[in-house]
Amino acid sequence: MKAPVSWIREYVDLPDGVTTEDLAARLTALGLKLEAIEKPGDQITGPLVVGRVLTMQPEPQKNGKTINWCTVDVGDANGTGEPQGIVCGAHNFAPGDHVVVILPGGILPGNFEISARKTYGHLSAGMICSARELGLGEDHDGIIVLPEGAGAPGDSAFAVLGLDDEVIEFEINPDRAYALSLRGVAREAALAYDAPYRDPADRPVPEPNADGHPVQIDDPAGCPVFVARTVRGFDPAATSPDWMVRRLTQAGMRPISLAVDVTNYVMLEIGRPIHGYDADKIAGPIRVRRAADGERLTTLDGVDRPLSTEDLVVTDDSGIIGLGGVMGGETTEMSSTTTSVLVEAAHWDATSMFRTGKRHKLTSEAGKRNERGVDPVVTQAAADRVVELLTTYGGGTADAGVTVVGTPPVATAIAMPDDLPARVSGIDISRETARQHLLAVGCELADDGYLPPPWRPDLTDPYDLVEEVVRVVGYDQVPSVLPREAAGRGLTREQRLRRRVGRLLAGAGCVEVISFPFIGDAALDALGLPADDVLRSTVKLANPLSSEDPSYTTTLLPGLLKAAARNLGRGATGVSLFETGTVAFPVDRGPAPIYGVDWRPSDDELAKLFEALPEQPLHLAVVLAGERERAGWWGAGREAGWSDAIGIVRRLGTELGVDVEVVSASRAPWHPGRCARVLVDGTELGHAGELHPKVCQEFGLPPRSAAVELDLDLLMRRARDVTPGPEFSTYPLAKEDVALVVDVAVTTAAVEAALREGAGELLESIRLFDLFTGDQVGDGRKSLAFALRFRAPDRTLTEEETTAARDAAVALAAERTGAVQRS
Amino acid sequence: MSGPNTDYDPVEVTPLKPEEVEASRDAALAAIAAATDLAELKQVRIDHTGDRSPLALANREIGALPPQARKEAGQRIGQARGAVNQALGRRQAVLEAEHEERMLVEETVDVTLPTDRIPTGARHPLTTGAELIADIFVAMGWEVAEGPVIEAEWLNFDALNLGPDHPARTMQDTFWTEPPENHLVLRTHTSPVQARTMLSRTPPIYVVCPGRVFRTDEYDATHSPVFHQVEGLAIDEGITMANLKGTLDHFAAAMFGEGISTRFRPSYFPFTEPSAEVDLVCFVCRGAGVLDGATCRTCRGEGWIEWGGCGVVNPRVLTACGIDSERYTGFAFGMGIDRTLMFRHGIEDLRELFEGDIRFTTAFGTEL
Repeated sequence: MKAPVSWIREYVDLPDGVTTEDLAARLTALGLKLEAIEKPGDQITGPLVVGRVLTMQPEPQKNGKTINWCTVDVGDANGTGEPQGIVCGAHNFAPGDHVVVILPGGILPGNFEISARKTYGHLSAGMICSARELGLGEDHDGIIVLPEGAGAPGDSAFAVLGLDDEVIEFEINPDRAYALSLRGVAREAALAYDAPYRDPADRPVPEPNADGHPVQIDDPAGCPVFVARTVRGFDPAATSPDWMVRRLTQAGMRPISLAVDVTNYVMLEIGRPIHGYDADKIAGPIRVRRAADGERLTTLDGVDRPLSTEDLVVTDDSGIIGLGGVMGGETTEMSSTTTSVLVEAAHWDATSMFRTGKRHKLTSEAGKRNERGVDPVVTQAAADRVVELLTTYGGGTADAGVTVVGTPPVATAIAMPDDLPARVSGIDISRETARQHLLAVGCELADDGYLPPPWRPDLTDPYDLVEEVVRVVGYDQVPSVLPREAAGRGLTREQRLRRRVGRLLAGAGCVEVISFPFIGDAALDALGLPADDVLRSTVKLANPLSSEDPSYTTTLLPGLLKAAARNLGRGATGVSLFETGTVAFPVDRGPAPIYGVDWRPSDDELAKLFEALPEQPLHLAVVLAGERERAGWWGAGREAGWSDAIGIVRRLGTELGVDVEVVSASRAPWHPGRCARVLVDGTELGHAGELHPKVCQEFGLPPRSAAVELDLDLLMRRARDVTPGPEFSTYPLAKEDVALVVDVAVTTAAVEAALREGAGELLESIRLFDLFTGDQVGDGRKSLAFALRFRAPDRTLTEEETTAARDAAVALAAERTGAVQRS
Repeated sequence: MSGPNTDYDPVEVTPLKPEEVEASRDAALAAIAAATDLAELKQVRIDHTGDRSPLALANREIGALPPQARKEAGQRIGQARGAVNQALGRRQAVLEAEHEERMLVEETVDVTLPTDRIPTGARHPLTTGAELIADIFVAMGWEVAEGPVIEAEWLNFDALNLGPDHPARTMQDTFWTEPPENHLVLRTHTSPVQARTMLSRTPPIYVVCPGRVFRTDEYDATHSPVFHQVEGLAIDEGITMANLKGTLDHFAAAMFGEGISTRFRPSYFPFTEPSAEVDLVCFVCRGAGVLDGATCRTCRGEGWIEWGGCGVVNPRVLTACGIDSERYTGFAFGMGIDRTLMFRHGIEDLRELFEGDIRFTTAFGTEL
């Protein structure tokens, strides 16, 4: 909302010396937030004065142009009182006209300094200005010719042009629709300074009678009041007065024609949107009703719209002529030949306005006000003001007929406990203070509480009144007091674990990434997922930002893979990234219910609501691409590979005290021979390993790039809660190394498990320390060398005991896996 | 063994003559002093104290002396050998020390060589930032509450006094899931977590809810369809706007430094009444609007930074969530974590947070 300060001052007597900045700050403190202050003249430094053209001598030039050598009366502004000689290139004026002159020493926008200079054979002492040169618009067709009586020669032109009129732009919150008018802004200014206020809607209006245009309201809930006035004999060629054009422009509206400008002006002035019909195009009585199924309307913007049975429409005998309160129809639109205007000032149900605007995607200045709630009482005043302006500037006469149908809705009183403002704000506010402030904002005392003023439909609850009281007292009066100390239990276990996982990964050289959780077929295809893959079953968005990624993601990998490629593309030689984030899997358990809000839904009802939500597990993904260890003076570097990915999974398991099991698996997007399925107690957590070469290619990553994706929720749920204190022996350690040859298809885990079981309780640890294949072990075979460590809790082991345990281990490995011990 | 004693004289044996013993001793001491390293000293030790050294050989001749002469000769030899051994020990210690010193010098390396074999990892500033905020509140005894990102419409809107026709539903342009009749949205704020907390617990409630939220904003330097919020909720007996102010002032000081406080401006949110916008004293110019003679870039000369929204929990919200609004009052606040980090760290473009460039993230290291 843009409010010219001069317009505000028309309705409120602000104290002397109040600057625009003061005013804006006070109003901001009351809840009308300052967006910007426009100072149209602040790029201009005087002397900028009114001049009267005395003579003008056209002088054709060699370059084909004709210039005018003028003498201009600028009063005493030039210090001599003599006429000022000025060369002017424009021709849209004549001797006797009043124009705007900037004299030498002045500065125009763009830091254009004016000096007396020789041009076209004359000493031109100043400039006659166009609107564009003054920064007042794009009009450069000619210089500004001031209207009759707009000032005497030598007067400052700042005031004449409104260049000294600053405009405050406010951001108006949806609950303060009344401030979308000068009437409302001025009221707040009066409140801010406790200054006298004149309500522009407070005007005598003619008594309603039966002679006006007939109107019938079929839906009084949707349209409680409809006022119709008619002006006839209006001159369609009449133009809007300069002051109105200036104010509309200042307020950010484009002047169009007198009839349109007047309705807009009154809407800005009083806040009530007005619709003007070409009265000659209306056939028969006006009716207001809801649209019927299948009805259509072509609105003023030329769009043919199918209507809903919820839309309020205005009709005449020809059918629908307007979408009530939102936009008029084409058939009764005012045109350049309109001489009779039917002025409609109606009050519309805000909810209905909101729905219709949303349904038809129509936003307009009128709609914005109607859907937020307009003062229902000012319909007659607004209509009368329109009639007054139309007849004043466009000629014609108002019909004696005044149609007023319906009665404005009446607000109900709000009971507010006397101590509520103090109790809610923490400021010591007495009952007297509260009452005084509520009366100041326009409330009236009723038997059962406070009756909110008609322009405040937002005031319905006691807490609404509290806000009014507190904002008048001043939000800056709220003291700063910490609440009592809460007895919290700290972070939850899951929250702590999540931090730990993040730190572990960062410690392992991985950089955390946060990407957008949206996905589409392109990314799912790039992962090489089969058509029936569970990751392709997504929660789709009804209104995605991009049609390429129309779903909530089921996997974190595409985001990470793209980020990895981006980093490599920007010159990184290797990149290790991780992300923890929610993914979603659809559930088909019906819609989420919508409950009332007047009481808490039951636990069963809430359970039903929670059930309808998609599964949303927290995932962890890691992508390792390119150099994992750098080359340097210590030797060669190392590219990331499958073992790095699986290594990270194992480290996570160790850190969280979870026994993760790794088995070989085949799952897109991983390399089918280099993919590990990760399990805990038989439950799948996810996968890790090297990515499929095609996937690396699709995402522009080097071959052998590796990745992990796990269900972090599941992993954390398995995390050890309370670690039992470990017991360990201090007797001497007995070491035995064994080298076993097995088929290459036999997994290390299988051999290790057999050795572990075979070795029995004396085994303290087992670790693979060597692996090789080749001629020595034979084709299709591999040699696994394990270090076995034995220790007893209560004695030093004898050589015989150790040997026996080792032999038993090897024997079981032979039995289970066909292992042959190398000698 | 010495050879047969050809010089047999029971009273005087040549090697045992005092001058001979002294000469052997002096020769040994000279050799010890001349030894320049441990290897030389080892040879000296063999030459002068070994079995075939003059003093050892002389010692063997003692038995050839008549008993009355043995004591004196024994003493003489013993003293000489003692002096040699002592000198050896001293010299050994000196040479060992020298050796060690030399070795340490020889083992000198260039400690300025790079050591970045494993690249550095880092956590995202949005994660660590959210944790910092959580920690500030946990230190006050609050708890951290969380909830799903795909949320029931009722929890995201209705329960928070945003009815189906509330204009605020268009203010927050919402992502809906398909089909919209399923009444599921990508949460537009973390407030549904507050609703869930109220629905599942009884006061006193003191929780902060950090999390990811969604609005259908076009992606540019200051807007993102995906961003992060932290909201706070306190419900207790006797909670006032003053407690809200106290809490936010404490939060501001903890996050931006002592002396950084907040101010309230009237505003509108459906879930709070009265509602306020929260501004933060600019922590760069400390409210002056001017820094080193120039307009402060962080607050653009305002002296204040818009931080978030807050207010007293609307009793309608308490009612919908099953809390006795006669007995309890509450306050709530919310701000963007992304935006907070942007002005805290002078990040110009919001998109840097979501690009995944490791140079951006590693710059933050483990700070916070």
